[in-house]
Amino acid sequence: MVRLSCVIKGTMYSFSSVKDVLAKASEAKSGDVMSRVAAGSSLERMAAKVVLSEMQLKDIYEHPVIPYETDEVTRLIYDDLSETIYKTIQSWTVGELRNYILSYETGFDQLARLSRGLTSEMIAAVAKLMSSIDLVLASQKMKYEAHCNTTIGEEGRLAFRCQPNHPNDVPEGILYSLKEGLSYGSGDAVIGINPNVDTVESVKRLLTMSHEFMEKWEIPTQNCVLAHITTQMDALRQGAPVALMFQSLAGTQKGNEAFGISRELLNEGYDIMARYGTSAGPNFMYFETGQGSEVSLNADHGVDMQTLEARSYGFARHWKPFMVNNVSGFIGPETLYDGRQLIRADLEDLFMGKLHGLPMGIAPTYTNHMDADQNDQEIGGMLTALAGANFYMGVPGGDDVMLNYQDTSYHDDASLREILGLRPLREFEKWMEKMGLMENGKLTSRAGDLSIFD
Amino acid sequence: MNIEEIVRKVVEELEKKPKPDHSPKKQESETDIVPFSEEREKGVKEPHNASAIERAQSITPARIGIGRAGTRMRTASYLQFRIDHAAAQDAVLKDVSDSFLHDMQLHKLETKAQDMKTYLMDLDAGRQLSEDSVKWLQENGDMGMDVQIIICDGLSSSAVEANVKDLLPALMQGLQLKNISVAKPFFIKRSRVWVQDEVAALVDCDLVISLIGERPGLNTDESLSAYMIYRPTAKTVEADRTVISNIHQGGLAPVEAGAHLSELIGQMLVAGCTGVSFARKNSLKS
Repeated sequence: MVRLSCVIKGTMYSFSSVKDVLAKASEAKSGDVMSRVAAGSSLERMAAKVVLSEMQLKDIYEHPVIPYETDEVTRLIYDDLSETIYKTIQSWTVGELRNYILSYETGFDQLARLSRGLTSEMIAAVAKLMSSIDLVLASQKMKYEAHCNTTIGEEGRLAFRCQPNHPNDVPEGILYSLKEGLSYGSGDAVIGINPNVDTVESVKRLLTMSHEFMEKWEIPTQNCVLAHITTQMDALRQGAPVALMFQSLAGTQKGNEAFGISRELLNEGYDIMARYGTSAGPNFMYFETGQGSEVSLNADHGVDMQTLEARSYGFARHWKPFMVNNVSGFIGPETLYDGRQLIRADLEDLFMGKLHGLPMGIAPTYTNHMDADQNDQEIGGMLTALAGANFYMGVPGGDDVMLNYQDTSYHDDASLREILGLRPLREFEKWMEKMGLMENGKLTSRAGDLSIFD
Repeated sequence: MNIEEIVRKVVEELEKKPKPDHSPKKQESETDIVPFSEEREKGVKEPHNASAIERAQSITPARIGIGRAGTRMRTASYLQFRIDHAAAQDAVLKDVSDSFLHDMQLHKLETKAQDMKTYLMDLDAGRQLSEDSVKWLQENGDMGMDVQIIICDGLSSSAVEANVKDLLPALMQGLQLKNISVAKPFFIKRSRVWVQDEVAALVDCDLVISLIGERPGLNTDESLSAYMIYRPTAKTVEADRTVISNIHQGGLAPVEAGAHLSELIGQMLVAGCTGVSFARKNSLKS
């Protein structure tokens, strides 16, 4: 019997289910208000946190927010779980789990082991009991490496995706933005182009162009065109050079159906990559997720956004990705109202992704109909960099002229390395030195000039 | 119309719409005004090849070739970025003007979002027609046609006003040339993409296309998207829709978009589907 009530300051608070406690214990966010699952008052939110802190992990295990029978995300999370590790911690409360994660004695090895015994709901639950500094400290303990052509996630290094989008996919325009990004040291995670036209022909053209550029300048990185996975699979079958395969994921089967994907389709994409992809691997998938996608697709099943985000990570980890990028903030004010909600989501997501064992990156983004600005974004960027994110995006001047939103700029990329004394990925740093763009981890006077490739 | 007639009309037009006067007051001398170019800075110090930067800036609106101060943006580029963000924030809150709807002969329907705040914070409100609008459509809509076109403000009224004038006639003409029957288009205020499902059910068309203002970006607040769905049902998911985005003068030009969309719709009506299924059918064919 799960205990679902408590008395705080003389008032009794009762909740209807584990799912209800998880939702009401979440920090305030507009998306949970829209789907009518949020706490009705600040004290009710605290009462839910108290009930959650005393809940045992097995209470959560036995009550997934969406049943195993009806949802393939739940099934994958449970099928991939280490029963052995779970059995050793099943009687812990969520409050005890928090203390364990934060204690001095618990380091990377303990957390990596723990990770395999935790369901996504448990990871979401403990994050709801953590403050900003808690989340940063705990995230710092976990640094997951992955290898495609470059190694991402090494201690002391910070990588970036160069995102050289053009509103019409004009190849020459994309190339100029790519050159500019590389000259700032952005692009060691991936050269990732969002196509405006999602057709096989167009995607093949962009893949070939980026691949040839990498070959010509001997750039140690990987290329990716962020079309729908089915388009990339067709391009790959027709011989296009793909180093990293992309797809957006959601935390429910219904959400994934809305994205036009399933576990089966991802397996198929993974197999085709293993067979025909150009990269060394063994990690060659790139996923994106973000709080609020399920609720904006009416695919949330009355579950709060943060718990669903954790479930996307539980789903993602099955395919051992090279990168998981979190883009909470990309949707709009109906999910994350302002800068404060955005920064909270970024910190939660980085922590939750890492506790799933994932090589996480963060895109602290905002749209123009949100109550957030550049100052909020930069705070989110600095905090998650401090917390040990593996990578960020790199967008010219922070303004994506195709997707119409703001993200970290080439300048921000170089600045985050500078602030924390971090270096580009090992192989890429050597390339930058060879190109005369970097010396002793500092940009040279040549950096920031796209015309050096002429 | 003779010359005098035309001149008279033009003058009338000009008088109707007085331009807001942001020009400096007469008594201010030019030296009192802070000059700010609002053009991309050419900020790279001693570039390897200055003409390449010139060329780069001419071929993409991306903020490149702007140089740096240490690792940061230079002052003018930073301020320009903040100016463009301020303009985009302001653009979200404007309505499509009644005179525009009148000129385009578009009847105005509404959703359940009665104010901007509700619209921005509650997706469902913008996905459902108001009761009055449902009633109007039942009584006045063209039933059982092949295609229904709807115009939606979405998140940018500027996108509607900038593109629909050219896009709509091109699209209508393209469809008519293919002998595809088209219902009379109308406008839906404060509406989101999914309102098209309710419209399709009410007018019983095969395919509905929404021309909808995208969220404004820094580069432009005039970008429009076209969302198409074939016979939506309760089981319809996002991946069943086809979207063509970035329709504006600096992207896919509206006239060109009209031709492209009519071509695409012709194929969709034959295939009997949209979205990922349509894309897969098409790629199998090629």
